[in-house]
Amino acid sequence: MLLQVEDLHTQFFTSRGVVRAVDGVTFHVDAGETLGVVGESGCGKTITALSILRLIPDPGRITSGRILFRGRDVTKMTDEEIRDFRGNDVAMIFQDPMTSLNPVTRIGSQIEEAMTAHERFTETVARPRVIELLKRVRVPAAESRVKDYPHQFSGGMRQRAMIAMGLSNEPDLLIADEPTTALDVTVQAEIIQLMKQLNRELGAAMMLITHNMALVASLCQRIIVMYAGRIVEEGPVEQIFNSPQHPYTWSLLRSVPRVDEARKDRLVSIRGMPPDLTQPPPGCKFHPRCPFVIDKCRVDPEPRLEEVAAGQVARCWVLMRNAREESVEAAKQSALSREAAEKLKEAPAAEVGGG
Amino acid sequence: MAVIAGRPKRGALLPVGLTRLTESRAGSLAFYVVRRVLWMIPVVFFVIVITFVLMHSAQGSPWDKAGGRQLSDVVIRNLNEKYGLNKPVFEQFFLYIWNVLHFDFGLSYQYQGKTVVELIGGGWPYTATIGVLAFLLIVPVGVGLGILAALRQNTRVDYATMGFATFAASFPNFVIGALMVVFFSVLMYKWTGGDFFLPAGGWGVDDHLIMPAVTLALLPIAYTARLTRASTLETIRQDYIRTAWAKGLPERLVVIRHVLKNSLIPVVTTLGPTFAFLVTGSVIVETVFTIPGIGRAFVVAVTSRDYPMILGTTVLFSVVIAVANLVVDVLYVFIDPRVRLS
Amino acid sequence: MAVATVEQAVRDWEVAEEQVGLWQDAWVRFRRNRLAVFGAGLVLFLIVVAVASPLLVNLGILKNPFTQHVDSIQTAPGVNGFALGTDILGRDTLSRLMIGSAVSLTVGLLVQGIIFPIGLTIGLTAGYFGGRVDNLLMRFTDIWYAFPDLLFVLVVVSVWHLDGPWFIQLIPIFGAIALVNWVNLARLVRGQVLSIKEKEYIEAARSSGSTPVKLILKHLLPNSLGPIIVTLTFGIPQAIFLEAVLSFLGVGIRPPQPTWGQMVYDGYEAIYANPTAVVFPALAIGFTLLSFTFIGDGLRDALDPRMRR
Repeated sequence: MLLQVEDLHTQFFTSRGVVRAVDGVTFHVDAGETLGVVGESGCGKTITALSILRLIPDPGRITSGRILFRGRDVTKMTDEEIRDFRGNDVAMIFQDPMTSLNPVTRIGSQIEEAMTAHERFTETVARPRVIELLKRVRVPAAESRVKDYPHQFSGGMRQRAMIAMGLSNEPDLLIADEPTTALDVTVQAEIIQLMKQLNRELGAAMMLITHNMALVASLCQRIIVMYAGRIVEEGPVEQIFNSPQHPYTWSLLRSVPRVDEARKDRLVSIRGMPPDLTQPPPGCKFHPRCPFVIDKCRVDPEPRLEEVAAGQVARCWVLMRNAREESVEAAKQSALSREAAEKLKEAPAAEVGGG
Repeated sequence: MAVIAGRPKRGALLPVGLTRLTESRAGSLAFYVVRRVLWMIPVVFFVIVITFVLMHSAQGSPWDKAGGRQLSDVVIRNLNEKYGLNKPVFEQFFLYIWNVLHFDFGLSYQYQGKTVVELIGGGWPYTATIGVLAFLLIVPVGVGLGILAALRQNTRVDYATMGFATFAASFPNFVIGALMVVFFSVLMYKWTGGDFFLPAGGWGVDDHLIMPAVTLALLPIAYTARLTRASTLETIRQDYIRTAWAKGLPERLVVIRHVLKNSLIPVVTTLGPTFAFLVTGSVIVETVFTIPGIGRAFVVAVTSRDYPMILGTTVLFSVVIAVANLVVDVLYVFIDPRVRLS
Repeated sequence: MAVATVEQAVRDWEVAEEQVGLWQDAWVRFRRNRLAVFGAGLVLFLIVVAVASPLLVNLGILKNPFTQHVDSIQTAPGVNGFALGTDILGRDTLSRLMIGSAVSLTVGLLVQGIIFPIGLTIGLTAGYFGGRVDNLLMRFTDIWYAFPDLLFVLVVVSVWHLDGPWFIQLIPIFGAIALVNWVNLARLVRGQVLSIKEKEYIEAARSSGSTPVKLILKHLLPNSLGPIIVTLTFGIPQAIFLEAVLSFLGVGIRPPQPTWGQMVYDGYEAIYANPTAVVFPALAIGFTLLSFTFIGDGLRDALDPRMRR
């Protein structure tokens, strides 16, 4: 295993209370594999990534847990060690390339300094390599573009430049936080293609954070689903898409409108709002919004991650497979609630689009 | 060369060389400078007009010495003739403009026989020395304090420096000057039995320069420190600083190449007004510390109604400030690549 | 049409609601700012002093500021019953300080009363008409800005002075200071008008034939009253400063009316013999300016819409 995150807790100590942004997260990434991390805004996926690089802004702190990269615990690294680690062993590319690039420094310099900072490349070697990297991410006219400033690049090109910057030191793990969210739809497709290709070429491991399910389907082998700072489901991509077991995952997949489905009256969305992380709901954190909630979900402590299929785990008392197998008449004796059973009669099964 | 369907290219009507010029950034910069210099002309003209109008709308003639001996009519008539004051106002105005263009600012009323240019030339080195000294204090101290306060936000260092800045910014020059004289000249003299003190006035290229320069610099230092702090705090919160850390850059590089390079840009834009402040501040400081510079000459001219002198110094000050603003604006174009010169 | 008026009525109501909330919020926030409260307290104290001191002199509690006590020249504080000492002509420093506060406060506060209409009119005109009028006015303000403020005031004051009691003498000084300071207010008002103009209900009003002028004014005041007040408040120390400088340079209000700037000037002549004569008025000026600056800062933070809730 390349990266092993064990029971990570990252909290923010604000004047309104302690925000448990990452509340006991355990997962791993193997060398060369692409892991998808999905969930809605505020579920803790970005903070998890920032924790791996120890870039948590004030007033946040990693309060407990271990992050093992090739066996070394990142949380215990010295300042010098972590500086060497960042951008070198693990690199991160951020969501909004316009604000994530220094507006008054040339693009070429910014990529170059990523390389020279780690003393792996001297300046004479780094400079031509920057041009090579830009070519690799398919920035046109790379030789002259190197001297441009970020505002002279288009949105898609800026993201490519950020990818080039991330890959410049050939990291073992690349963390991509919503790489396509800030871009136009047409450009998104290009970037996805680029990332697929680079992935194949470089064989680096990648942690892809997104709420775009199509992206996940396209690029990832495994995915973890996060909600309110915890992992609620984890497993291989096809399995998750074909038979999601946690109601939240199921809802996420259902809420993606599909072109080939019959037109519905409304877009399906998950009712309710994400929980207040300073005062999370008791029991299962998803229960206020869950269509299949039963009393146990409210009353008992939060369920643990249980294996629900080969290589797939989920954190739920009900589970989708139980929900689907019960009929409406047996709803009273089973774990299902009546309203949920009614809903199940109308709802089509979740499907994966394409592959 | 420029024949395309539809609108002709921007440089279609210009010869080849100029076309390339307009499209390069260097070329646009040159045009910008030229435009700004041309814009200075109406500004200075306006200043001259206003001052001239004010001068000539004053009650009484310049020869009325308040509380002194009145000059006889004959003398007054001669003086009026000598200085051309018996001509109609418009004629006087155009004559003046004409002279100014030849760098002739006329003769002083107060100091018989000396031209305004002479008097200004005499006072110039004193004013410039103090001004330059003050400027050399303002930039490092102001910026330095601001950065310090920002990097140590909400600590005692931060509160102390910002508290000092607020105080310094509220007490006017002459108050600070007077208080400094009380402390450093009077009290220190008394306490150290004449051993260690700073001179209260006059000129010398030694500790005579300290108090005037510090007094002049104090308010701009305060203002610059506050701005630098605010700008730096704002910059540190930006996403690209997080990117810089994520790349594994050492702290030194992050602060200098990413934080400061961005946060100092707004500070540069205030250098223009700072300069203007140094100019007007010199009027006060030179009076407090009796320095024979242009600022003091201006005050004397005002109190003795020496109109050519008033006009001359006002014009000079305005031109100097306008040039300083121009230089700062051009500098700004150099340091911020996002600026467009349309 | 009916929809538009209903919507408009709702919006008006919302605006009013917002504003009430805004002012209450602002007051609470202002109160929490200790520096601002200190500044406000000091200013209130000064106002009381300015108003009460002539009375106190008449009642004999305060020594007469104009009387020259030949036997007590340049005494230190406490000597001969003069609480803060005397100046070079034997006049009581304390009473001169207190009487002189009236001048500084009058200048500071009343000048804003002149600046307000000037800045408001020009800003409104520029913003409302836009286009070339706006351009012209903005160029005009740019040029005006180029004239260094102190120099302008000095020049104006040197050519235009009125004789008489001190508040008459103040008039040209008012005028000069106001002429130099209106630019900021004008720019602010213009900005506000421009942003209001862009809002939809102005378009709606225009298309329905009614004049947007009233609408703009109605929406201008609640939204911009805050920033306008802040700008005017920051103008106060500037005005007091200019008056003090004029007095210090000898071109302000003539004696025998004491002003703080004048007192610094007088005391400065004899600074070696009697430094306290300089220190007290100097500190008075400084702390007064400081107080107004604190109040301005406090108001600005309190009224900042971004910091709401």
